[in-house]
Amino acid sequence: MPNISLKKVKMPELVSTTRNTNYEEVSLGYSPEMAMEEALRCLNCKHKPCVSGCPVGVNIPEFIQQVASGDFLDAYDTITGTNALPAVCGRVCPQESQCEEVCVRAIKGESVGIGRLERFVADYKMNTDQDYEIKNKSKNGHKVAIVGSGPSGLSCAGDLARLGYDVTIFEAFHTPGGVLVYGIPEFRLPKQIVADEIERLKELGVEIKTNMVIGRVLSIDELIEMGYESIYVGTGAGLPRFMGIEGEELVGVYSANEYLTRINLMKAYIEYYDTPIRKSKSVAVIGGGNVAMDAARSAKRLGAEHVFIIYRRNREQMPARLEEIHHAEEEGITFKVLNNPVKILGDENGQVRALECIKMELGEVDASGRPRPRAIEESNFEIEVDTVIVSIGSSPNPLIKSTTDGLETNNRGCLIVDEKMATTKEGVYAGGDAVTGAATVINAMGAGKVAAKAIDEYIMSTIVNKKAI
Amino acid sequence: MYKILNKQNLNQYITLLEVYAPFIAKKAKPGQFIIFRVDEKGERVPLTIADFDREKGSITIIFQVVGRSTELLANLDVGDYILDFVGPLGIPTHLDGVKKVAVVGGGVGCAIAYPQAKALFNSGASVDVIAGFRNKDIVILEEEFNAVSSRLFICTDDGSYKEKGLVTDVLKRLIDEGNDYDLVIAIGPIPMMKYVSLTTKPYGIKTIVSLNPIMIDGTGMCGGCRVKVDQETKFACVDGPDFDGHVVDFDELMMRNSTYKKQEMLDKKHNCRLVGGIQNA
Repeated sequence: MPNISLKKVKMPELVSTTRNTNYEEVSLGYSPEMAMEEALRCLNCKHKPCVSGCPVGVNIPEFIQQVASGDFLDAYDTITGTNALPAVCGRVCPQESQCEEVCVRAIKGESVGIGRLERFVADYKMNTDQDYEIKNKSKNGHKVAIVGSGPSGLSCAGDLARLGYDVTIFEAFHTPGGVLVYGIPEFRLPKQIVADEIERLKELGVEIKTNMVIGRVLSIDELIEMGYESIYVGTGAGLPRFMGIEGEELVGVYSANEYLTRINLMKAYIEYYDTPIRKSKSVAVIGGGNVAMDAARSAKRLGAEHVFIIYRRNREQMPARLEEIHHAEEEGITFKVLNNPVKILGDENGQVRALECIKMELGEVDASGRPRPRAIEESNFEIEVDTVIVSIGSSPNPLIKSTTDGLETNNRGCLIVDEKMATTKEGVYAGGDAVTGAATVINAMGAGKVAAKAIDEYIMSTIVNKKAI
Repeated sequence: MYKILNKQNLNQYITLLEVYAPFIAKKAKPGQFIIFRVDEKGERVPLTIADFDREKGSITIIFQVVGRSTELLANLDVGDYILDFVGPLGIPTHLDGVKKVAVVGGGVGCAIAYPQAKALFNSGASVDVIAGFRNKDIVILEEEFNAVSSRLFICTDDGSYKEKGLVTDVLKRLIDEGNDYDLVIAIGPIPMMKYVSLTTKPYGIKTIVSLNPIMIDGTGMCGGCRVKVDQETKFACVDGPDFDGHVVDFDELMMRNSTYKKQEMLDKKHNCRLVGGIQNA
């Protein structure tokens, strides 16, 4: 019997009034009973719209049926058949604009809680089945290098390792995980979850070399000389954008990347860690994406009394996940929409003292499909803040491009690839934010999967054939 | 983990460590830097490479204790390990075609200027080294510089060793004596680099400075190391660390470098014997 409730089974959460003072995970996840009850809302449609809404094509109806019948470990195998990082995706994917958006149940009422179920299955596996055996496929004797250990690189590595390749990931930081560890805060994605998922990949035989900045310590060409037959570049969009307004050089102005890296990767919020972070009373976060929400909620947890989100369009146009916007509101973040920063003001010591904004109104719909905001003349006003966090997006990191001959980028600095993620340099593939500019974890993973398939085809046809001749 | 092969206390405040890092040693060039993290709780701190030995696979760093992380690093001994050591980062100094150069070092900055002097001297350039220190007790690398310079000028603020005066005094004198340098490399405290740049500007002598702003990743990701150069925002980690001293906004750099100074002293109850650290060297 399907569960005909129009609403998802509610997921327990920490109380908003206390959680904004700690870094505990906010959403607590389903119990087995809740998961089975929610799984029964799935109609197991023949045409499976949810699967086509998923960038990595997880067989959603099948795993949900397995959850409904209590076969949680089978459900895990179903998911990981296509998705290397289910505990991560269950937490940070924008399901409402992907699998859940096209769910038949969403036509009337709420969609099936696909993300919540995915998270449950992954957590269940980790909590109950630590010592399970990895069915290692025998090695095929071919070597692939992956640059960057973010979601894109990890997913590409997982797929190639399962195909029998010797995979080495090169990571610039001291800890693997990319944006999953430096960008997304603990209260949204516990770092232990990321570490556990990476551990699974290592068990598959993937080797991870940290502290290796490719483009400096080794070039792409040198990796090829070292015997890597193909290279996947998943270096992300790690170059913060600034607004170019007066006062951005003042002390107390951070890029969201810097602010979040200090907190997430370097644990600046824990007293006995050495990385410093500004103790702010009043913070303005500029931008309306997930990263802006993460920065604002982190600032609150660090003890700021007032935290403002400054966004030039309306709330409806914010790119952040709905859940993150709600969580931020519940935690006491003040939303100042239809406001655009024009100047950051400093005191005599060069410290931020206020942000000058101008009010905006919405005009015609522009190329992005959203109404274009325009300034209302002479509506300038100041907000007193001591910290400003700029979270207006980032561009691909130029290091690989600038140190590799034959790798083309477009005018936004994004690596140019074809539909198989092949770059303009033979044997070199790329995907994720390095190709698209800042996007989502799941899209990056999808690109990693497409590239893994193409790399396999490339090595099996081109390289193996060449050797045969 | 990166093993410490050799350690010397060059003076009361300045330590030399030779670290086993063969991958980095293979690639390192003058002007580049590394980022270290002493232990699990440590910050990521950039330090310029003072020397490298490709055969031995080692990188030498010379640093002054200015905060908790450099203090922890200075407390390590031969045989100990540094948890993380990443590099070589930044763009190497462009030294091609330089015929006659003045390399100006201030305090611990001399350590950073050393590989540049060495590379230029070995390439056959005429290299005048001007090394400035506060007093006799903190003079470092005298022998080393002697070996890689055509002429070595040491000056001290208080006149307790060699010439009394500032590096800018010596530089100006040498220029006025008719030494037509095609390049000046200035590395040291920010005010020193600023005044060296101001000294050479009227003469139109190209002047390179090596900047050391606050930094986390060293790959352009955090944007913390932004500096204004010729009215444009640059990231020292990927666009530098070398910049044209005539167009660097030194005052802004000094202001941004002070971001955590007060907080660090309060938070960590660290009694730095050299308030302001490198800037007072």
